[in-house]
Amino acid sequence: MLQYDIVIVGGGPAGLAAAIEAKKNGVNRIVVIERDRELGGILQQCIHNGFGLHVFKEELTGPEYAERFIVELNALGIEYKLDTMVLEVTEDRKVTAINSTEGVLQIDAKAIILAMGCRERTRGAIRVPGTRPAGVLTAGTAQRFVNMEGYMVGKRAVILGSGDIGLIMARRLTLEGAEVLAVAELMPYSGGLKRNIVQCLDDFNIPLYLSHTVTKIEGNDRVEAVTIAEVDSTYKPISGTERRFECDTLLLSVGLIPENELSKLAGVKLDQVTGGPVVNEARETSVQGIFACGNVVHVHDLVDWVTEESKVAGVNAARFIQGKSPQNGPKIKIKGISGVRYVVPQHIEMDNLLKPIELMMRVDNNYSDVSMVVSHQGKILKSVKKRHVAPGEMETLTLDLTGVELNGMNDITVELVL
Amino acid sequence: MYDVVIVGAGITGSFITRELSKYNLKIAMIDKSNDVANGTTKANSAIVHAGYDAEEGSLKAKFNVRGNKLYEAICKELHVPFKRIGSLVLAFDDQDIVTIRELYDRGLKNGVEEMMLLEKDEVLRLEENINNDVVGALHAKSAGIVGPWELAIALTENALENGAELHLNCHVKGISKNAKGFELDTTKGLMETKMVVNCAGVHSDDINNMVNENKIEIIPNSGEYNLFDKSMGSFVNSVIFRCPTQAGKGVLVTPTVHGNLLVGPTALNVEDKDGVATTYEGLTFINNLSKETMKEMKFQNVITSFTGIRAKVAGGDFIVGESEESPGFFNVAGIDSPGLTAAPAIAEYVVGQIISTRDRTEIKKDFIHNRRPSIHFMDLSSHEKDALISKDPAFGKIICRCENITEGEIIDIIRREAGATTLDGVKRRARPGSGRCQGGFCASRVIEIFAREQNILITEVVKDNLQSVILTGKTNEAGR
Repeated sequence: MLQYDIVIVGGGPAGLAAAIEAKKNGVNRIVVIERDRELGGILQQCIHNGFGLHVFKEELTGPEYAERFIVELNALGIEYKLDTMVLEVTEDRKVTAINSTEGVLQIDAKAIILAMGCRERTRGAIRVPGTRPAGVLTAGTAQRFVNMEGYMVGKRAVILGSGDIGLIMARRLTLEGAEVLAVAELMPYSGGLKRNIVQCLDDFNIPLYLSHTVTKIEGNDRVEAVTIAEVDSTYKPISGTERRFECDTLLLSVGLIPENELSKLAGVKLDQVTGGPVVNEARETSVQGIFACGNVVHVHDLVDWVTEESKVAGVNAARFIQGKSPQNGPKIKIKGISGVRYVVPQHIEMDNLLKPIELMMRVDNNYSDVSMVVSHQGKILKSVKKRHVAPGEMETLTLDLTGVELNGMNDITVELVL
Repeated sequence: MYDVVIVGAGITGSFITRELSKYNLKIAMIDKSNDVANGTTKANSAIVHAGYDAEEGSLKAKFNVRGNKLYEAICKELHVPFKRIGSLVLAFDDQDIVTIRELYDRGLKNGVEEMMLLEKDEVLRLEENINNDVVGALHAKSAGIVGPWELAIALTENALENGAELHLNCHVKGISKNAKGFELDTTKGLMETKMVVNCAGVHSDDINNMVNENKIEIIPNSGEYNLFDKSMGSFVNSVIFRCPTQAGKGVLVTPTVHGNLLVGPTALNVEDKDGVATTYEGLTFINNLSKETMKEMKFQNVITSFTGIRAKVAGGDFIVGESEESPGFFNVAGIDSPGLTAAPAIAEYVVGQIISTRDRTEIKKDFIHNRRPSIHFMDLSSHEKDALISKDPAFGKIICRCENITEGEIIDIIRREAGATTLDGVKRRARPGSGRCQGGFCASRVIEIFAREQNILITEVVKDNLQSVILTGKTNEAGR
């Protein structure tokens, strides 16, 4: 059995930032386990720019952003294993992994940081009817083919879903000489960042059909046509509103799902709304010594926020090992209500509030001129005015609870006030 | 000159081919598709029925009950997953109780063993997720679940190891009778054969009607299904049926041999024999019906949907046996449910007939009964895993992370007899891409391995049929 202080599952932006931060906080035996052939995770296929505006105050491409962390990781001498798959994580912090050179690895860890990221929702989960030809794929898979393998996935495409990867791929395919005929979005608003709608659709005259879904895929070998239709308020297609596009490709950008199969094996409690582990302000899960950060916890819109969150997990995993983190003290829940779909962290350890904490949240619709109000026991702790909030954009809010009288019997709530 | 050409490489065709490969015969199985098991065999309920459904005295009843008994041994010989998990036909009112009693009586007449009528509390003890308003059920312990395409692939692999030929993308355009037998005009050229077995599924009428005046008409009947993620796999323990009523057959809810949950099917007569598109209405219909049976269905866990076409005939019963007007031409037509269950018994019967026409009828001495087990890496102990990786490092590379499938397993199923020739073929044999991400992560890796193994370009890899290319060119060539 191998012994490590911290095992980090996943070498994407979350795992890298957590590893670096843990090392800087005095932990020596750290190993990052990555299943792909290089570090960096999905950033490596995101060759567009726009990464790092918050963390580095400059615009980087995905691989450039990843490279900064990989260089630092190497400079700090942090160990990592590539082409290595974690098969199991247990509640008592044992990790089983596998690779071609070492075979089956059994690792005993003092702390574990889950940083597996997320996967894309597939056709099955959103019930797109029709045939099952080649040419139907998720936007992220298409991105990998185009940007990393150097192959085109089609010549004429329709995109279902206006998530960020879908928007980015609309532009990417267009730049590669393919034609993107339409982007259909089930909701009355886009799930992607405003800047991506402007830069990836508007700038290329690609129409966005809001409140539309795909009602039919045609073609037996390769996609031949895709039909979209408007939906009513219950998301049912409205007959008579169909538009048929002759095309050879349908890309799906219909949501991301935190990848928590390993978390479940470890007995980590999951949040039904985020799909990720329930965590405290330290990003510690319901299982002591198992931390989680990045898209495995909740889907972030910007990698910068992943980095920030992962630093929190890294420093707190270090403190846990060093016996500095308070355990089993009083907790207080944080809940999103009226307009706020969720808040991460879901609860806080009242004895661990050394400095202000960052609340991350998503709203359930587009709102203008609202206040985000944090309250506890009828008292407003913080109120921030927002000109515009949207489901596609994660909101953050810094909350300083030092000196605030907290009562664990009552929740802290975050709500939108119009 | 072949002794026997089997038209159609579905479950019945592959059972018959494998059975025939026991004898000293020159045989070939042909299929118009790019893989075996590519029609109804890949899209059905995957259930080995007990045998209480079919009318007493029908071929369906006879072959169902006999076929069910044959399953254990054949699946063991060929290392195919089969689980005898039993089935429940649920009753929700007095009329249903009458129906399940009728089914029970019919089952007894058909020779079905191990059936019992259960009371409400007994049903709920077996299946806690069934709606509380259930009033009783018919429990048939002999019902089971199987991997239908894995079985057809395994049968074909074994038949090929025993000397049978397989010709894919071989579409029969015409058949003529002559003094020696039959001449098949196919897209792969002319084939001469003494005998023909027509196992062409939804196209078995076309094949019969090329030869015989006594016409067959297949009524294609489509069934749509939803497949759920493994997190729902233990939602039910047995195959759950509703009572057939005037409103229809109701949907079934069943675990699959791989631990997923399957819900479906619809039953709708359609025009197009190859029309395997799913519909919004169909998928909504089965979801709604399943909600009536079960307490809580989590539809967000659906990972894929599919449609299969049943080869129904007007008479309702199977058409199995030698044609009276064309000796040497055998029909295995109208094989809708319980065709999968019946297939081994049909093969036993048809091959018996074929062999009885020959002088030498003993099984050849060098017949290989067992198929080399497929490797399921994740089922091995840590020690066995280590040993396999040190022998072949490809087993240390997990390609499909939802199902934990290694590169070693993928290479193995490509290199076997009747090995994968398409991306879907790889998926059906080794399961990469069958999990919750549906190939999102592993597709590019599998394509790479496949192209390398087959020594073809990445852009030549197809999903399923010959024209179903996945990648349309290199990025720097697009639009030019």
